[in-house]
Amino acid sequence: MTNAVEIRTVTKVFGTFTALHGVSLSIQDNEFFTLLGPSGCGKTTLLRMMAGFEEVTQGEILLFGQNIAALEPNQRPVNTVFQQYALFPHMSVIDNVAFGLKMKGWPLEKRRIRAGEMLEMVHLSDFANRAPAQLSGGQQQRVALARALAPQPKVLLLDEPLSALDLKLRQAMRMELKQLQSETGITFIFVTHDQEEALTMSNRIAVMSAGHVQQIGTPRDIYESPNNRFVADFIGETNLIEVEVEAVADGQAQVVLPGGHRITTSSAARDKGRHHLSIRPERVTLGSPGVGLQAVVEQVIYLGTDLQVLVRLEGGTAMQVRLQNAARITVPSPGDAVGLHLEEGAARLLSD
Amino acid sequence: MAGPATDSGSSAESTYRSARIPLLVPTWVMIGVFLVLPVALMAVYSFLTKEMRGGVIWEFSLAAYDQFFVNRGLFGDEPASLEWTYINVFARSIAQAGIATVLCLLIGFPTAWFIATRPPETRGVWLFLITVPYWVNLLIRTVSLRFLIRENGPLNDALMGAGVISQPLALINTDFAVQLGLFYSYLPFMVLPVYAAVERYNFTWSEAAADLYASRWVVLREIVLPIVKPGIIAGCLLVFIPSLGAFLAPNLLGGAKSFMIGSLIDEQFKKSLGNWPFGAAVSMILMSLVLILLLLYARSTARQERP
Repeated sequence: MTNAVEIRTVTKVFGTFTALHGVSLSIQDNEFFTLLGPSGCGKTTLLRMMAGFEEVTQGEILLFGQNIAALEPNQRPVNTVFQQYALFPHMSVIDNVAFGLKMKGWPLEKRRIRAGEMLEMVHLSDFANRAPAQLSGGQQQRVALARALAPQPKVLLLDEPLSALDLKLRQAMRMELKQLQSETGITFIFVTHDQEEALTMSNRIAVMSAGHVQQIGTPRDIYESPNNRFVADFIGETNLIEVEVEAVADGQAQVVLPGGHRITTSSAARDKGRHHLSIRPERVTLGSPGVGLQAVVEQVIYLGTDLQVLVRLEGGTAMQVRLQNAARITVPSPGDAVGLHLEEGAARLLSD
Repeated sequence: MAGPATDSGSSAESTYRSARIPLLVPTWVMIGVFLVLPVALMAVYSFLTKEMRGGVIWEFSLAAYDQFFVNRGLFGDEPASLEWTYINVFARSIAQAGIATVLCLLIGFPTAWFIATRPPETRGVWLFLITVPYWVNLLIRTVSLRFLIRENGPLNDALMGAGVISQPLALINTDFAVQLGLFYSYLPFMVLPVYAAVERYNFTWSEAAADLYASRWVVLREIVLPIVKPGIIAGCLLVFIPSLGAFLAPNLLGGAKSFMIGSLIDEQFKKSLGNWPFGAAVSMILMSLVLILLLLYARSTARQERP
């Protein structure tokens, strides 16, 4: 089956600045695909090239097998939801939603009906005749979504559409977006810098930084098996500890921790020598001293749902541990000697 | 016992009320001295009797309006019919001002667009350059224009030197020359308000429209023009209204046939043969015409804005 979008070694240069360095990735049909990365990583540039707002310096972009380099934005079967909504201020809500249909030459009656259906889908039927300025941010966002979905694009591009909303609304919209995607079966390509957004909504995520794709995978892959320090550090919280690799084979490695303790871990690294080990703080439990990694508790921070425990390992390495704030746990005190137990999949050896 | 909060609240309000009147005085004085008084004076003068060597006799008369609208023949003994002379001057002036407005829009809109799409730090320089000619008096600039386009002036010399023409073009004292003068004088009044509107335009709107299958031309027609329309209307009014009453360009650049309302009014006050009540009456008619046009426009937009 053809991919919805195929990016082949795409490079983008603005003057003397290279925004993307030979990026390649494939997005399947009916997928919720997220481009995740900090600002300036090139994710929005990549999205704008798919929409046709930026020219590709080198490489090619295929849409369902067709090279779209020569197509103007208005000739591409993709629609965009913009970060600041970009609703037309001189048109009513319903006229905004019907605009794409009007441009495609739908007759008035048909486009009124379809725009009405789209507004119903985003729960804004009562606001059809309002001006965009009379709506709240969240409502405007839903109008922008309805407007982009109305012409039934093959691919919907979403450029940080939730970043201007407050937290509660953002969380509600995540679920709505995810549901819309599975209802419509349209491929969603979602750009965000918010890792939580990416993890909760996506089928697959491409983590980007400095114009390179760092890793592509399911949310679980990305979180639990990061390839490198950037991904491990950017997604969630982690402890990065420099270790000596003694043996490495078949994605498994034997490493020596600073205190001299040896563990076996899954590995993205392929060679021996010094590498970084990522240990997720919530995959570590505290036990009695003498068993596991020896450490001393330095500080306990109360976070509500969690407790953050800062410990220092034998050999002087600092680490943080997350304990769920459940009734069964015994809360440690600063100065306590403890033994750390790494759960299955807690540690991952990184390639750099 | 009255609550202290209520007390201080009402006293604050009365303080505010009593302070409001003195604060409004400057506005009232401005409007009174610079708007109501001159217009009232003009209205009164248009109903007075003319004095032979300029000035007025304080005696009620409809002679000025009669002269404008009614034709009784050369010696005043024929049956009254509609006088076309001055109406024709008005019609020609409206046409000239209309053409000048369209030309200013055609050149001014792309200019404003160009400036508004420059990086913010260079926009100020471009706007500054637009205003530079206005440091020179309009009279001087109009006379310079006359010098530029006259029969053996620099423009004709250059064209003949380049071999484009063999005979000098008769540009001076034509409607074309008047048009050039009006266009040149009022272009910035188009550029500045259109610039202000385009500068507030969010170019993501154009991207959104293109993304929704609108071609470049449709984006301009359906999105850009409706959104910047207030700036265009303001620019058109600022060019059309002064062009309608202009007298320097028609007097200095035009011939006898390019006579405009402004020249007509100007003549009534300038020369010893002048007629103050008639000049005032022509001004009143011109002002009424402009007001009617503005009211019609205001009513048409108010109707559009109703859902």
